[in-house]
Parts: sequence; structure tokens; C-alpha cells
Amino acid sequence: MSGFASQFVVAFMVTVGLALVAGSLGTAFGLFLAISKGGAAPRFMSVVTAYTTVVRGVPELLIILLIYFGGTTLASKVAGRYVEVNAFTAGVIALSVVFSGYATEVFRGAIAAVPAGQTEAAKSLGLNAWQRWMFIIGPQMLRLALPAYGNLWISLFKDTALVSIVGLTDIMRVAYVGAGSMRAPLSFYLAASALYLSLTTVTLLSIRLAERRYPAFGR
Amino acid sequence: MRIPLSIAISLAALMSSAPVQASGERAISIATEGASPPWDGTDANGELYGYDVDVGRELCNRMKLKCSFVAQDWDGIIPALLVGKYDVIMSGMAITEKRKQQIAFSIPYAAGFNQFVVRKELGLDAGDTKQKVNLSTIGDKEKAAIERVRSTLSGKAIGVLRSSNSEAVVKALLGDVVTIRSYDSLDNLKLDLGAGRVDGGLADYFTWRDFLETPAGSIAVFLGPELNGGLWGPGVGAGMRKDDAELLAKFNTAIDAATKDGTIKALSLKWFKTDISPGQPK
Amino acid sequence: MNFGLMLDAIVVLPSGIGLTLTLTVLSLMAGFLLSVPLAFIRAFARPGLSLAVLAYTYVFRGTPMLVQLFLLYYGLGQIEAVRASVFWMILRDPFWCALLTFSLNSAAHTTEILCRGLQSVPKGLIEAAAALGLKRLQIARLVTFPIAFRISLPAYGNEVVGMIKGSSLASTVTLLEITGMARQMVSATFAPYEIFIVAGAIYLALTSIAVKATQFLERRLSTDRNPAPRRRARFRPALPHQEITPPVP
Repeated sequence: MSGFASQFVVAFMVTVGLALVAGSLGTAFGLFLAISKGGAAPRFMSVVTAYTTVVRGVPELLIILLIYFGGTTLASKVAGRYVEVNAFTAGVIALSVVFSGYATEVFRGAIAAVPAGQTEAAKSLGLNAWQRWMFIIGPQMLRLALPAYGNLWISLFKDTALVSIVGLTDIMRVAYVGAGSMRAPLSFYLAASALYLSLTTVTLLSIRLAERRYPAFGR
Repeated sequence: MRIPLSIAISLAALMSSAPVQASGERAISIATEGASPPWDGTDANGELYGYDVDVGRELCNRMKLKCSFVAQDWDGIIPALLVGKYDVIMSGMAITEKRKQQIAFSIPYAAGFNQFVVRKELGLDAGDTKQKVNLSTIGDKEKAAIERVRSTLSGKAIGVLRSSNSEAVVKALLGDVVTIRSYDSLDNLKLDLGAGRVDGGLADYFTWRDFLETPAGSIAVFLGPELNGGLWGPGVGAGMRKDDAELLAKFNTAIDAATKDGTIKALSLKWFKTDISPGQPK
Repeated sequence: MNFGLMLDAIVVLPSGIGLTLTLTVLSLMAGFLLSVPLAFIRAFARPGLSLAVLAYTYVFRGTPMLVQLFLLYYGLGQIEAVRASVFWMILRDPFWCALLTFSLNSAAHTTEILCRGLQSVPKGLIEAAAALGLKRLQIARLVTFPIAFRISLPAYGNEVVGMIKGSSLASTVTLLEITGMARQMVSATFAPYEIFIVAGAIYLALTSIAVKATQFLERRLSTDRNPAPRRRARFRPALPHQEITPPVP
């Protein structure tokens, strides 16, 4: 068990790292899509809608398998030489794709919920588009999006477990290998549950803290 | 707050794990399942061990190649080789015609065989467990033995490793009389055998033998003859991509030499307590 | 890309749809039935009871369903007492194990969804119902729950989609639903790409139907001021139409 304890520590770091990288990339991409969906041409909007529909409609497990196996082939073809897409990279790409799909919808909803009068008032004050986003719509939108956005992070931490299926040594993988080779599935999966629960608890508390610190206006 | 730094380090390590090609000496990575001891297993430190790993290291020394081992689940082990995740499979993989359509095999570095196990409490008639049946050359005696297994196991749930030859054999020989349950790993099949979710299983003999010697495995016994040939092919070989002919030639030379000077036999005795080194290649 | 293989997959994989749907529908139903009383307890009962329900939903929503499934399937199977008990009849079978995990998971999610719905029913409505002389059970059945359900519907739609996708985990405990069939096919053909794309498309079709169904139900149960046109057509107004007798200025 002691050998597995140190393995769990490393695996914990891998899970946290995977989630943080995927979540940040997914947030950036989701914000970009949500903002451009607001003012873009109808054709671009329908592409974004198709993207979010597909990403949210296909099991995460399949997306990870597709990117792990298909990613190397595709990347190598594009680059013209062999490009390795390892389990971690495949996991990051797959999870950020999933995350961005949901984040786009969350941010789009929040943008729509910012009263139109705010934009008009900002315009009449002479703020340009960039300033309007930075100082008026952005902050209000983020506050409105916070609860749903927090849930996305919780789902993300749970989804990282699926990357173990393509061989990334994360919490789930260590539990899986340990449960099999030590024939003690109960203790190993309980340990994994506790680790995941601690991660989601920390996420939840941070979100609550942020919500209290930055409450949405008018609530 | 020290976490970000360690994350950065582990990320850097993970991102840069792409195989580095030094000029002149080629570094190769070898995949093994790591869940079928004594062929290949994973110890409490996450290190891979077993016959496959030892033979692989020995061959790499002879070929003067830098080798690293990676673990890969069985049902993705060939697809991942094909897309280039690693260069070689050494995982107790039998050389079969079907696999040969996708990948190239070295000459055999072991000649394994397979057997059914069943839960003791079922009280089934085990028959002659020392009889050897080669599925490529079936005579009347072999037919009778297979027929006996068929009638004994009729109506039972039999576990196999997903995408293994055993799965194909059970499908072909018993598919109409048993329920087949396919597992991600043999370790999980053993767990379910212990829990009684399956009545028996078909897999490599040595994997079972090690298992039956443990307390958890004391609930099961061998049943029916030792099986080889047929879908299992001529033995266990190292798998490589078909366009990697140079590496294949090196492996063949190294395996041939290691077989002739008795190294393979010694490793076989170390892990299997019996000599299953292949006969001299034809 | 091998299109022949994709065609094979299109022929073979739909045979897994039955099991995927069975698992999804049954666990959603079981989860819903379990979550209705739990949601009421969570929303209105004494703090002690409410916290107990919260503990359950918290653990199930805070851990990956894959871990829960393995814990229930491989973990509980290790305990002698469990194997000797009557529950083993159910836990012995991977189908029931998966169904139990999915149901408990879905119940945890649905409880929280419905609880939020129940809490956002305006207090005045409940007081009005009480003033009309309705008993507590009647209020819950006729007033609180229908309104809460309508409020929760969009969130519940997400839960339905999540369950369809989550059922793919059943493939890890030897069940042959769509993903299980796909992995079986991949292991025989060594062609993950083609087959997983077809599997993904099938899931997309299923989840799209679920989304459309939820949207239809939302419109159907809508309490908006502008009712859908078909309602107007359904029954003839007993009184002359507004256009015919314009209000007196």
C-alpha cells in the first residue's frame, strides 16, 4: 500500500494539472466563442451552435478515445512528420473541447442576461466596443455566469477520471491498477472517491467564496 | 502554496515525454499490458515487471538500443502501436494470422498454452488437465476432449480478456452453449471469478497458475486439456509496425541468439518455473 | 478513413441502442421516483434530515460515476457479507450493478435540481393554497410540485442528456451497449477511428432527440403569457372573440 500512497500523490498532481490546464483553455475558447457568437455573421453562429451541440451530445469517453487514437494520425498528417499526442495531451485537448462546449453556452446565456440598457448607457458615455466589454458587460456577465461556471469545473474534475482509460496515470488509473494487482478494489476505489471528493469540495468552496465576494448585481 | 510549481514540473515532464531520437542510436518504447503476471505485471511502485519486461531488456542490451516500457490496456494495444504511440508490443501476444494482417511479428520468444479454470464450488468434472490439445491438428482424442469441455461448461458464464485469442476461441468452440463476458483486464476477470460473477475463464496457463496459488485464487481449479495452436498460432512474439523492417530484423537476430545461448530458457525458468522457450525457428 | 468499416459499424452498433436506452430510461425513472421525496425533505424538512439528504447528494455528485460504478461492482463484491446477503442476487449481475449506480447517481442530481425548483416556488402561492383550505399533501401535489417541475425542466433536460452519455460507462463492466459494442468491434478490426465516429453519431442522435423532447415539454407546460398557437385552435371560445367586441374606450 505504501508504494501506492506515493503513486496516489503523483496521480493527484496529474489530475489537478490536467483539470487546471483543460479548464483554463476551455474557458478561454468558450469566452471567445460566446463573445463572437453575439455579433458574428449567421453562418459563423451556426458553426458555433453545431460545435456546442456535437460536443455536448457525444459521451466524453468517446471524445477522449477519438482524440487519443485519431489525434496522432491527424497531427502527423498536418505536420508532415510524426507528432506524438500522448495521453496527457489527448486528455487536455478532449477535456478543453468538452469544457468549451458547455462554457460557450453558459457565457452566452450570461451575456444575454446583462440588460441591454447597460450597453446603451455605455455607448452614450462614449465608450468603445473594447471598453464596453472590459468594464461594463464583462464583469456583470462573469458574475451572472459564476454559479453555472462553477458547476462546469466540478464536472471537469470528475471527467478527468475518464482519461485513465487511455492510460494516463491519474487518480483513477492508480486505483484501477492497484485494485487489480493488490486484489483490494474496495479500499482503492474508496481512496479514489475521497481524493475526488476533496477536489470537488475545494472547487465548490472557491466558487461559493467568489459568489459571496462578487455577487451578481441586483441579487 | 507549493502546488503550482510541482504541477508545472509534472506538466513539463508529461509534455516532453515524446520519444527523443538521438542521432545514431535509436530509442524505442515497448508496450506491455502490465496486468497479466507472470508475463507482465505492475508492482506497488507502479513499475512494470515480468517475463516480457525481462526478455525485452535482454534483447535491447543485445541490440544496443535504449528501451523504455509503457503500460497500455489490452484492447487498445494494437491500434496504439499502429498510430505510433510506441514501437514494439511485448505482452505475451500470440502470433496469429489476424494480427499479422495489421502488424509484423518477430519469431516467437515463448511458446505458451492456455487452459480453462472454473470455480471449485461448482464441483465440475475437470477431466484430464494434463492432456495437450493442439487446435491446429485435431484428431478423435482431441475432439472428444473438447466435446467433454463443451458439455461440462454448458450454460455457464465464461470470462475472457477483451480482444484476446481466448475470446475468439471461446466464441468458436463454446459460443453457442456459454455466456461470454469480456473484461478490460485479466486482473478484473480474477476479481469477478473470486466474487462469483463468472463461473470460469479461459486465459494463459501461467497467469492462472500464479493466481491459483494465491489465497484469492484458491476458489478455482483448472478444467479440461491444455490448449494451444489454432487461433493461438505458433507462439508468443514481439509485435511491430510493418514498415519497421529494420527493427524487426534486429529483434529476430537477438531472439535467435538469446534462444540459442539459453538466456530465454533461464528467464522462462525464472518466471514460469518451467521451460517454455520456443523450439528452434524453422 | 475506411468507409466500408464505417458501414459495418452502422449495421452492427445499433444493436447496442436497446441496452443503452434500457439503462438510461430505467435509471432516470428510478432516480426520479427516489428524488421526489428526497427533494421535499431537502427543501422543507428539519435541518438534520435535510443535511442527511445533502450528504448523500454531495457524495454522489462530487465523485466520478466511473469510480462509483467500480466501487459498487468490484468493491462490494469483495465483501463476504455482501456476497452472502440477499443483495447479491442483484449485485451479482453487471446489468443491475450498472443500473443501481446510475439510478443512485441520477437521483442525487435530480434531488438537487428539484430542490432548487421547490425553493423557488413563490411563498405567496403556497399561502394562497393553504388559505383555500388545501391540506399539506394536496398543496405539495397540486401546487408546489407542478410549478417546481416546470421550473426544473431545463436543468432536468441536461440530466437526461447526461444520463444517455453516462450510460457509456456500462461498457467498463462487460456490458455490451453502444460503447461496449464499439470497443468490441475495435478489438476485432483494430480501427478505432471509424467505429468511434459512428458510435459518437448514434449518441448525438439520441441526445438530440432528448433535447428536442425536453424543449417540446417545456413549451407544452409553458406558463408564459403568449401560449402556443395550437392551444387557440383546440377549443372554441365560449365567449365572442376579443377582436369582435373591442373593449369600450
